[in-house]
Amino acid sequence: MEFSFALVWEILPQLLLATIVTVEATMVGFVLSLVFGAVLVTLMRTPSRPVRALARFVMEFFRATPLLAQLYFLFFVLPSAGIVLSPFVTGVIALGLHYGAYAAEAYRAGLESVPKGQWEAALSLNYTKLRTYLSVVLPQALPPVVPALGNIAIAMVKDTAILSAITVTELMFVANEIGSERFQYTEPVTAAAVIYLVLSLVATALIHLIDKRFRPEEAPA
Amino acid sequence: MTPIIKFEGVTKRFGQTVVLNNFDFIVAQGEKVVLIGPSGSGKSTLLRVLMTLERIDSGMVMVDGEALWFVRKGVDVEPVTESHLRHMRAKVGMVFQQFNLFPHMTALQNVASGPRYVMKKSKAEAEALAESLLRKVGLGDKLASYPARLSGGQQQRVAIARALALEPKVMLFDEVTSALDPELVGEVLDVMRALSSERALTMLIVTHQMGVARALADRVCFFEKGMMVEEGPPEQVIDDPVNPRTQSFLRAVKLT
Repeated sequence: MEFSFALVWEILPQLLLATIVTVEATMVGFVLSLVFGAVLVTLMRTPSRPVRALARFVMEFFRATPLLAQLYFLFFVLPSAGIVLSPFVTGVIALGLHYGAYAAEAYRAGLESVPKGQWEAALSLNYTKLRTYLSVVLPQALPPVVPALGNIAIAMVKDTAILSAITVTELMFVANEIGSERFQYTEPVTAAAVIYLVLSLVATALIHLIDKRFRPEEAPA
Repeated sequence: MTPIIKFEGVTKRFGQTVVLNNFDFIVAQGEKVVLIGPSGSGKSTLLRVLMTLERIDSGMVMVDGEALWFVRKGVDVEPVTESHLRHMRAKVGMVFQQFNLFPHMTALQNVASGPRYVMKKSKAEAEALAESLLRKVGLGDKLASYPARLSGGQQQRVAIARALALEPKVMLFDEVTSALDPELVGEVLDVMRALSSERALTMLIVTHQMGVARALADRVCFFEKGMMVEEGPPEQVIDDPVNPRTQSFLRAVKLT
C-alpha cells in the first residue's frame, strides 16, 4: 500500500469546502446546545415539581440515547409528521439537543458551586431574582463551566461526522464519497482525520484562551 | 418608645425541632440588643426571619409598623407577596458570619452594587457613596481590592459598609466576629461601636463573645430552646444573671 500525496493535494479543495460545512455545523450546533442547555437548567430550577421532573427526564433522555438514533428520528420521523427540514438543519438541531443535555448538566454543576451565602447576601441586599443571577450567581457559576463547555465543543467537532449519515455534505461525507468514486479510501480518510485533528486542536486552544480570560477575575494581581 | 420590631407568638420549626416557640419580642427604635445563648437556641433564626431568609410557621412579625410574613386582612391572615417582601427588606440590612462578599467584585463594587441595582442610583453616585462608606470603616485605601486580597476583619468591614449603603433602619449582625482571628475582632468591633452611636439605627447582634455584648448592648437577651429566658442591661445579665440556665451558659462561655 502506498500513500499518494498528489492525490491528497488534488482532493484538498473539495475536503476544505466540506470542512466549512463541518465548522458551520459545529458552531451552529454549539450555540444551539448552549441555549437548549440554558433552557433545560432553567426549567430544572423552576418551583413547579412536574416541570422540574420533565426537564430532568428530557436531560437524561438525550444523554442516554445515541446521537445517531436521535438524528435518524428527526430525519425520518419528523417528515411523517409534516415537518420537513434540510439535512443540515436537522443535523444541527440533533447536535444542539444531544449536547444541550450535557451543557445543562455543566451549568447545573456551575450553579451549585455558588455558595448559599452568596444567594443570601444578594437577598439581604434586596436584589431581584434576575439581578441576583446576572450580577452575583452567573459571574461565579460560568467561569468554572468553561472547560466543560469546551469539551462539549471538541466532542461536537468530531461528532459532526455522524451527520454524514443523513447526507450532510460535511467533511466525512465528502471524504467517503471521494473514496467510493476512486476506490481509494486511504488518502481522503487520512486527510479528513488530519483536518479533524487540526480543528480539535484549534478548538482546544480557543477554549484555553477563553478559560484564561475568565480565570484571573477572582484575584487579579 | 416606638417599637420597630415586634414578634407576637411566633413559632418556627425545622422538621421536628422547634426553634422559636410561641415567641414574643419587642425592640425599640434605636435600641442595641445583643442576643446570646447556646447554638440552636433560636437567636440566629430570629435574625434570619427578620431578613426574610426563613419563613415563620405561625404568629406575626412586625417591622416598622408593617407585617413581615403575613398580612392581616380583616380577620384573615394572608401570606405576603414578593413585592411586599422587597419593600420590607429595604428596611433591614444583615452582616453574616462568613462575610459573604461577592468575590468577583472589588470592595468598592461590593458596596456600590446595592445603591446602584436596588436604589437605582447612577454609577457615579453609587460609587461616591460606597467610597465614603468604605472610608468610614477605615478602608479608604482598599477600594480596588478584591475580597480574596483582604483579611477577614477587612472583609467584614466591607460587608458592614455594603449593608449600610442601602440605609436600613435595622442592622442585623449574625456572629460577625466569630470567624475572625482574635486579633482582628477589635477592628470590626470598633466599626460596630462607632455605628452604635447613631441613635436612630436599631441593631440586633448575635454573638458568643461577651466582650462584644458588653461593648454594644443596651439590652442583653439570653435565649434557650426557642425562648427568651432572661433579659436586661449587660451588667446585669452578663455579670449577675438570675436564671440558673444563664448562669451555667455564661460559666461555660467565660471558660473559653
